[in-house]
Amino acid sequence: MPDTGYLPKEKVKDFMRELAKDAVVYAPCLEGDTVIFRPFSEERTLCFDRPANSPPKSVIYPQSEQLFAFEYKKDPEDHQKMSVELKADTNVPGMVIFAARPCDARGFTIYDRVFIDTDTPDPYYKKRRENTLIVTLSCAEPSPGCFCVGVGGGPAHKEGSDAMMTELEGGYFIEPVSEKGKAILNKSMIEDGSPYLQKAQEAQAKAHEAVKNPFETDKLKISQDLFNNDAFWEEAVSKCVSCGACTYLCPTCYCFNITDEQASGKGERIRSWDACMFFHFTLEASTHNPRPTRFQRFKNRVGHKFVYYPEKYDGAIACCGCGRCIRYCPVSVDISEIVSNLTESGQKQQQTAGSAKK
Amino acid sequence: MSTEKVKEAIAKILPDVETVICYQQGFDGLHTTPLFIKIPEEINGLIWNPLCVQNLTSYLPSIKKKVGIVVKGCDSRTIVQYLQEGLIDREKIVIIGVPCTGVVSVKKVLREIGHQPVAGVAFDDNGNIVVKTSKGDRTLAIADVCPDKCATCQYPTPIVYDYLAGDPIKSDKPKESVHEDIRQFDEKTLEEKKAYWEKELEKCIRCYACRNACPMCICQDSCIAETREPHWISQKLSLTEKFMFHMIHAVHLAGRCVECGECERVCPMDIPVAKLKKKINTEMKELFNYEPGVDPDGKPPMYTFNVDEVKIKEHKL
Repeated sequence: MPDTGYLPKEKVKDFMRELAKDAVVYAPCLEGDTVIFRPFSEERTLCFDRPANSPPKSVIYPQSEQLFAFEYKKDPEDHQKMSVELKADTNVPGMVIFAARPCDARGFTIYDRVFIDTDTPDPYYKKRRENTLIVTLSCAEPSPGCFCVGVGGGPAHKEGSDAMMTELEGGYFIEPVSEKGKAILNKSMIEDGSPYLQKAQEAQAKAHEAVKNPFETDKLKISQDLFNNDAFWEEAVSKCVSCGACTYLCPTCYCFNITDEQASGKGERIRSWDACMFFHFTLEASTHNPRPTRFQRFKNRVGHKFVYYPEKYDGAIACCGCGRCIRYCPVSVDISEIVSNLTESGQKQQQTAGSAKK
Repeated sequence: MSTEKVKEAIAKILPDVETVICYQQGFDGLHTTPLFIKIPEEINGLIWNPLCVQNLTSYLPSIKKKVGIVVKGCDSRTIVQYLQEGLIDREKIVIIGVPCTGVVSVKKVLREIGHQPVAGVAFDDNGNIVVKTSKGDRTLAIADVCPDKCATCQYPTPIVYDYLAGDPIKSDKPKESVHEDIRQFDEKTLEEKKAYWEKELEKCIRCYACRNACPMCICQDSCIAETREPHWISQKLSLTEKFMFHMIHAVHLAGRCVECGECERVCPMDIPVAKLKKKINTEMKELFNYEPGVDPDGKPPMYTFNVDEVKIKEHKL
């Protein structure tokens, strides 16, 4: 079997139909002007030419998922006594995420450290993750706000993908990354990829060149002085309206809330995404809120991605540079600009600019 | 050009205010972002062009110090509504009004250019925006890519201001045109409307960008979309919950929505949420002959009460 594959464009749908035989295939589909990952079906319009508005994170990490259902039951013998019945449905179908961007796939590796590579893995996430094949599509050119190369990724970065497609004139060059990904080369629509290898590598290199790196150095070094300076944050994010667009569209944000949603003695315990930009995120039962202001909440968002997560996970940055938080921010807050100003080299630049002004 | 006049006005008021809220270039040619000017040197960062879309007035109620603000005609309606509702202190706000001939909807431009990355943007003297992409330049008439509100704008000149940067402009759009889109939508059957909204609202990710960008959403951190007491909306992602939130948002804005369109502009999933609010405003106009944010001395209908409303026939039911 050849090491790489090639999928002619006219066979893409056949290939997806083949994958859909034993899995639910999520692919970027057009709805009006919006690109959303939807279960593939014949009546949908596929859209591969730009990154989806929302990443495919909800396929593996649903925005809201039932942990278990519960029902309170009265003891027929003794009406003072109540028992509670619990039911958990952990069945997960086989799934494929098709034509996600490399940054979207890399996002899952950030979740894996939290939900799988620990002493107490999360069974819900783990099962979905294991049941999902991720076939990415490398980016031909950056979208507005993209900065993947600044956080160690790239338009053809393979971390998190099971296989990666690169668009060429008449089809897609396919590189398997994992064992799971190798298996797709067996499908009948896939031709030998070796004649296309060089062209694909050229396309990938060209794409890499085009992505901006907003950070001066290869290794992001955040200035602790600035990071802990409230005035910096007040200034930097005075325009933030504190909505959850950035977090909910983020392929690496994973904070959640757990609530019991109950009516007349039965209900379900659900886990749903939460956003540190919301006032309620840290609201305590006493009504005290340790992060009552917008800038404190924004500091947490940047801190989690660029300071706290790296401290905990061996320097790994919890941002894949997909640019969605910049593209879709109601007021165009630019996290790459803020982080760049926070770095030690950025701090030096600002000091020089400040003294020049005086 | 208005830009110089806006800069002049800001320079004039800056000594008297803590900060002036206006616009600067954003992360790419198509996007602007707010600029908070505190010292004269920062005035140079200001830009003024049809991409200055955001309604900046939503920052006003949370700022306690004296501030200056740059507003278009449509934005000034928010200030009028704030004054009516006692949400801001007129003495603490210095308004620089800029007459406006229409702004640009970034979403419409992106649709026109096939969502290409934008290398740069220019404006010519004939009312066009020229968008540069790697596939060449594209010239679009601003009138063709303006937000829907501009196509029927009745208030191109701000209603309240302390300084006017430019000559007043009169609207040439017929008054009847304002609610035309709602009347047309109303012709759909109930089933069609239901199907339409189900399809649109299903896309909602409950990020609340529409709520937080809305200048008239004043419940802020106490919004019932998130409170556990009362527990009106669960954290489930069902269509019912999404529908409920958007209905509450719309109903809370009855007779208050100034139709700035921010809710729709900021929606990352492109849901036409402004239509819900406009529909309710259309009803309010019909019932109470009231238009929000145009008369500083007016009283919003939901802030007052008449035992016998002329157009509500509850006694005859």
